[in-house]
Amino acid sequence: MTGRGIVEIPSLPAGAPPELHRLPPPSLIERAFRSTGVRFGVIYAALFGLSAVALAAFLWWSTAGLLERQTDTAIDVDAQGLSERYTEGGVPALVETIKQRVDGNVDDDAIYLLVDPAFRIIAGNLDGWPERLAIDVEATEIRISRGGVASLAMVHRYDLADGFHLVVGRDVEAKAQLRRMLADAMVWAAGIALALGSVGAWAVRGLFRATIADVAATATAIGAGDLTRRVRVSGQGDEFDMLAETINDMLERMTRLMDGVRQVSNAIAHDLRTPITRARARLEDAATHAASTDELRAAVDRAIVDLDGIVAIFQALLRIAEIEAGSRRAAFAAFDMTPVLRDLVDMYEAVAEDNGQALEADIPDTLPMFGDRDMVQQAVANLLDNALKFTPAGQSITLAASRTGAGAWIAVADRGPGIPLADRERAPERFFRGEQARNTPGSGLGLALVQAVAHLHGGNLVLSDNNPGLRAELQLQAIE
Amino acid sequence: MRILVVEDDKDVAGFVVKGLKEAGHVVEHAATGRDGLFLAASEAFDAIVLDRMLPGGVDGLRLLETLRSQGNTTPVMFLSALAQVDDRVKGLKAGGDDYMTKPFAFAELLARVEALTRRGRNEGPTTKLVVADLEMDLLSRSVKRAGTKIDLQPREFRLLEFLMRHAAQVVTRTMLLEGVWDYHFDPQTNVIDVHVSRLRQKIDKPFATPLIHTVRNAGYMLRPEPP
Repeated sequence: MTGRGIVEIPSLPAGAPPELHRLPPPSLIERAFRSTGVRFGVIYAALFGLSAVALAAFLWWSTAGLLERQTDTAIDVDAQGLSERYTEGGVPALVETIKQRVDGNVDDDAIYLLVDPAFRIIAGNLDGWPERLAIDVEATEIRISRGGVASLAMVHRYDLADGFHLVVGRDVEAKAQLRRMLADAMVWAAGIALALGSVGAWAVRGLFRATIADVAATATAIGAGDLTRRVRVSGQGDEFDMLAETINDMLERMTRLMDGVRQVSNAIAHDLRTPITRARARLEDAATHAASTDELRAAVDRAIVDLDGIVAIFQALLRIAEIEAGSRRAAFAAFDMTPVLRDLVDMYEAVAEDNGQALEADIPDTLPMFGDRDMVQQAVANLLDNALKFTPAGQSITLAASRTGAGAWIAVADRGPGIPLADRERAPERFFRGEQARNTPGSGLGLALVQAVAHLHGGNLVLSDNNPGLRAELQLQAIE
Repeated sequence: MRILVVEDDKDVAGFVVKGLKEAGHVVEHAATGRDGLFLAASEAFDAIVLDRMLPGGVDGLRLLETLRSQGNTTPVMFLSALAQVDDRVKGLKAGGDDYMTKPFAFAELLARVEALTRRGRNEGPTTKLVVADLEMDLLSRSVKRAGTKIDLQPREFRLLEFLMRHAAQVVTRTMLLEGVWDYHFDPQTNVIDVHVSRLRQKIDKPFATPLIHTVRNAGYMLRPEPP
């Protein structure tokens, strides 16, 4: 039984379209509703219409409804009085009272009618028993005739003992007119609401589409390779602006990462070529010219050193890329900077002393931080490495740190040649090496890593003049 | 010592196996994770050098996890081209005792593997370290050589302690950075050399025979006679 489908498929005529798997083409309405703009518009119109209906219902209830309820109450109170008279003095008293009430009715809107079991008029101001006031109806609105004049009345029927019938009512012709006016007004209002709702819906859809269109156009341009395009921000600070800013921030970061990738590939192409060339030349030279095994071994050893240097550059590049990608955020934790900095001072102090330099430290007793301890450690170590490398003997290097509102501030100042103003901006770029640094060992990646670490911690690396020397300040945010 | 090398690259494996044999070890080699797991589970080794990316369905991490789940505590040194911090953490979490990234210097690998096997042996709590006439009391934090008390800074003490715990063994600069300073990066300057030379001033200079020796292209070694 279960194998039926497998048997049936080959029996289909060749080339027959598999109708079962094809979805029916979407209708115009379905297509329209796939548009978020249309959906928003329709939702807007529905809400607008709903509130208009609610408003009209309330208006009706509080005007026409109120009048109707008032009339009902008045009739009931009236009938109550008549019923009391009837209990006291029977039909004659009732007739008397009705006459009094008809005469005393200044507004001329009260309606009374008392008939005997044969429906003959005994008292009242109606021309006859209203035909439509059937035996079993207690309260209704009917057309009546009073003194030959037709009118509309709200009447209640009461059946008395002995087969007499009493009708008490109120003329509601004026109220009915008011109600008609109100109804007319509401029909007009409904029309206007419909028109306004439609226009509003269309406007909402248009607005939505215009905003989305800009985002879509930007995304398309970015996709086509124009990374400079940004979503327009209207400056009103609304939700669309927030969205636009978020998208723009994302694009900004993407552009930075793309630039980073481009820079790294350029760097690999140019800056790694030099050490690779050197290593290759050494090996080839040794292979062809080495006169002894010792010479050959020495050349190989030097080539290994060259290769280790290349590997170190690769590792530094990868490390920077890893930091810039932000994946290290997962390893963020709370830690105290003070022991980290003290350890670094302890480690580099010996080196400074050997070089005839002095390393001075000004570190607070505690410096709470939230971030990647190893990365911050390496960043400060890089700054100290640089300072030691460029400061001449007899001069001092200072490491200062303090707490800031957002996190920590760490500064390393040296008395070296410094970095000329023109180069300062570019100094943290990968492989950038200033004139002074040309002849010192190094890869040109130290400050690039420091800057990447600063960015990872929502901060920045600021280079300034120490008069003389370089002052590198690391501002880090303890982002949790 | 018996060492198992699980590495699929023929050149790297040949180089490591040859080097370890030259250093006096007995070496077995497996080229796939499956063979490596079989060997590691069925024979006793003092250490395993394990590549992470291996052919044959069982990668290094899986191999180690399987081994550890069987209660096998053989020290394992990862040797991998996966060099990101997260990769290292993953390797250590899986039960690895050390993690080295490719490319590597053989001297470094040898020093670390030997340190691993050594670590497994003296697990008991020691209160005193002795190498020749050098004595270190870990409880009173004092150091004596030939009966003379030597004053050391806390960091110098830890450096000497590390060297003494690895006596007669090559200790590389990276091992010192990680073991003594807990630094996982290479500083540009020769910081380790400076600190070792300061230690030498106090430990070796006033005495007739030096204990701290420099091993060319590798690092340092503490022992009575030169290597």
